[in-house]
Amino acid sequence: MAAGIGVSDLNTYATNTWCPGCGNFAIERAAKLAFVELVSEGEVKRENLVMLSGIGCHGKIADYIDLNSFYSIHGRVPGPATGIRLANRELVVVGFAGDGDAYGEGLDHLIFAAKRNVNMTMIIHDNRVYGLTTGQFTPTSPKGFEGKSTPRGAPEGPINPIQLMLSVGATFVARAYSGRLDHMKDVFKRAIMHKGFALVDALQPCFTFFDTYSYYNSRVYDLQDEKHDHADWNAASAKSREWDYGGEESGRIPIGIFYQAERPTYEDAVVAGKNLLDSSPPGLQDLLREHM
Amino acid sequence: MTNDEYSVLVGGQAGDGIKQAGNSIGRLFNRLGYWVFVYEDYPSLIRGGHNFAIVRAKPTEIHAHRDMVDVLIALNQESVERHKWRLKPRSLVVFDQSKVKADGLGPPMSETAKSRGLPSIVRNTVALGSLASVVGVGFESVEDVIRSSITKRVDENIAVAKEGYDMAEDHRGTIRVPPVKGGPRPLLSGNEAIALGAVRAGLKLYVAYPMTPSSSILHYLSANADRLNVVVVHPENEIAVIGMAEGAAYAGARTMVGTSGGGFALMVEHLSLAGQAEIPVPIVLAQRPGPSTGVPTHTAQGDLLFALFAGHGEFPRVLMAPGDAEEAFHLSADALNLAWKFQVPVILMSDKHLSESTYSTELDEDRVKVEPFPVWRGDGQYKRYSQADGSISLLAFPGTDGAIVKLNSYEHDEYGVTTEEPELIRRGHDKRLGKTKLIEAELRKRQTVRVFGDIASRRVIVTWGSTRGAVVEAAAGQSLKVVQPLYLSPLPIWELSSHFENVEKVVCVEANSTAQLSTWLAFHGLGVDENVLKYDGRPFTVDQLEEEIKEVFS
Repeated sequence: MAAGIGVSDLNTYATNTWCPGCGNFAIERAAKLAFVELVSEGEVKRENLVMLSGIGCHGKIADYIDLNSFYSIHGRVPGPATGIRLANRELVVVGFAGDGDAYGEGLDHLIFAAKRNVNMTMIIHDNRVYGLTTGQFTPTSPKGFEGKSTPRGAPEGPINPIQLMLSVGATFVARAYSGRLDHMKDVFKRAIMHKGFALVDALQPCFTFFDTYSYYNSRVYDLQDEKHDHADWNAASAKSREWDYGGEESGRIPIGIFYQAERPTYEDAVVAGKNLLDSSPPGLQDLLREHM
Repeated sequence: MTNDEYSVLVGGQAGDGIKQAGNSIGRLFNRLGYWVFVYEDYPSLIRGGHNFAIVRAKPTEIHAHRDMVDVLIALNQESVERHKWRLKPRSLVVFDQSKVKADGLGPPMSETAKSRGLPSIVRNTVALGSLASVVGVGFESVEDVIRSSITKRVDENIAVAKEGYDMAEDHRGTIRVPPVKGGPRPLLSGNEAIALGAVRAGLKLYVAYPMTPSSSILHYLSANADRLNVVVVHPENEIAVIGMAEGAAYAGARTMVGTSGGGFALMVEHLSLAGQAEIPVPIVLAQRPGPSTGVPTHTAQGDLLFALFAGHGEFPRVLMAPGDAEEAFHLSADALNLAWKFQVPVILMSDKHLSESTYSTELDEDRVKVEPFPVWRGDGQYKRYSQADGSISLLAFPGTDGAIVKLNSYEHDEYGVTTEEPELIRRGHDKRLGKTKLIEAELRKRQTVRVFGDIASRRVIVTWGSTRGAVVEAAAGQSLKVVQPLYLSPLPIWELSSHFENVEKVVCVEANSTAQLSTWLAFHGLGVDENVLKYDGRPFTVDQLEEEIKEVFS
């Protein structure tokens, strides 16, 4: 399937049930454009693309894109994604997850996938609110967020996933924004082509429960426009602290690639030339003799 | 003096190398042609405490140990005090004269090791030499055992063993163990057998987080990963373990996971995912006493009902329970083959007693194969959950030209796209649950129940897993029939029911406090009259069970 494909080739018959105005539409569009371009440019074979999703509004993306997909469970995308890479290193693995999903329920898995440098991409639909469960605070909601479980305001402040991922050894750390579609598509493509663990924190408003469009529109800027050196971990770390996922009091929000580095991948080291898809078994006679 | 069987206990502290000593003694008897069973008993600590191993040898097949011993090897005083009740009138205590006061044979084991600048763990080797002399075997057998089981400082070990052998000159042959026909046979722990059975059924990836008593599968496969052509992965926790396994299976790699009760509890969410998304995932559940941390290094059969019912929602599963290392080898292979044939989770129940005891085995590895499973050959549009052939859809893996493989934890249509339509929800359940009948049909072609003892008897003992070894021996000569289901889900009613008809009495023997097998049998209309239960963390021994069985059938 080296021939080019169009975005419509990736459509499915599933009815889209995201709310009108949802930031997920832009993420889906950017992902499809990225996939189409990578296939058409001959970088990836369509049959080798594998998407995963967790549970939440974002998870439906697995139904909406006609590619191999593993629609998994809440917080658990990195485990199956790692297993897929161990089994077959030809596969190009792109995990989609929500902020509650990846930064809350399954944070341990995300940290370990980054620490190991599994060659995979995690795209976090970070709307900073639980949408599908109708509006509770998440790990990236600002302190004081008034949600259904915290009507008097969230008592805890947000974590900064960019800073976290830098500190645990992710080799590609980026932020994108659903209001900047072309930029998002480019970041996705570079994340997918990165050889190693890539995290893209994709900011998206939740039109129904946390509408942040105007907030983001007035604050985002492209790191690459300001000559940020993404090979410099210290510069990346400093930039990661420019915005702390707070509320109105916060300053500018950098988007783009914070950091990119090369490091051997986990699965290359662990699999070490074995073919996990060939199930033919070895004989045991020599080993059994040693047990006598 | 000669016996029809022999038991040797070796005891000391953690760090004294008791496990290695038990293994070496087992190898010595193995070379003499005997069937061997080694029981290990140790607390959950790294240094100190009290560890012991009981090595039992008999010319005929055994899968259990006895309480009483012919030789007690004591590396510390506590070993004498704790175990002197096990001595018979003609038993011999072999002890380290440098450390222990006792009557018997007391070579200065510590001094012998020290005089050659060897660490005190080498006392074991001195003891092995002395034991060999006591049982009247030639020293060349000791040398052979050391060469086969020790990799470091081999010649020095042989030299101290010779000293131990010579120092026992006065006791040479006092408990003579004559060579018998047969053997030597591979000595395997239950966990080693589980590992090897899976490998012969095409295992390519083993994923586990350390947890006693499952950890030795992880260690054994890691140590032999290149010879066995497997990849072994130890992730951050048991949730990641089963998640990785499910991802790898989706991509086409035959994968297995292993854990104990607490880790299995963490896996349960993913067990349900395997049920909904139809992922082949074999899980080894090696039980230890609970609840919670329970008693980490001891044994129990207390997780049967948990494993049978674990997971939210309704989905089919296979659950099997081997009773010895040979059964573990074969059922472990079955676990992989059935998981891939039927795209279901398969749970292989072990326990500390099976997983960590050592058994003589006679394995025919060619009896185990990678059995064929339904694979898509490129005909028509690929649908991961096609119902064209009923409950079993053809498998394709990502990377297959022309196939888009959509796996889904959500209720889904045949293509794998999410649905909430009532008709499709109902059909999804019918498809998945319809596998039960197909699995039953497959199991009818396999051995699912073993029967031992007096097969015509109307007095019946039913038991499962590692407990069967002691039950079969204890029941021998008492006109009793012993029935052991190898499969517990689906329960092989077709083979079991006849053993519950026209009977005088049915007694169920198991190592838990609530009679879980009895409950499960009653669930299927198979009545048990009385239960013999043990829940002190220790396995049944033949001696204890002989008494209890006599009583319960009197």
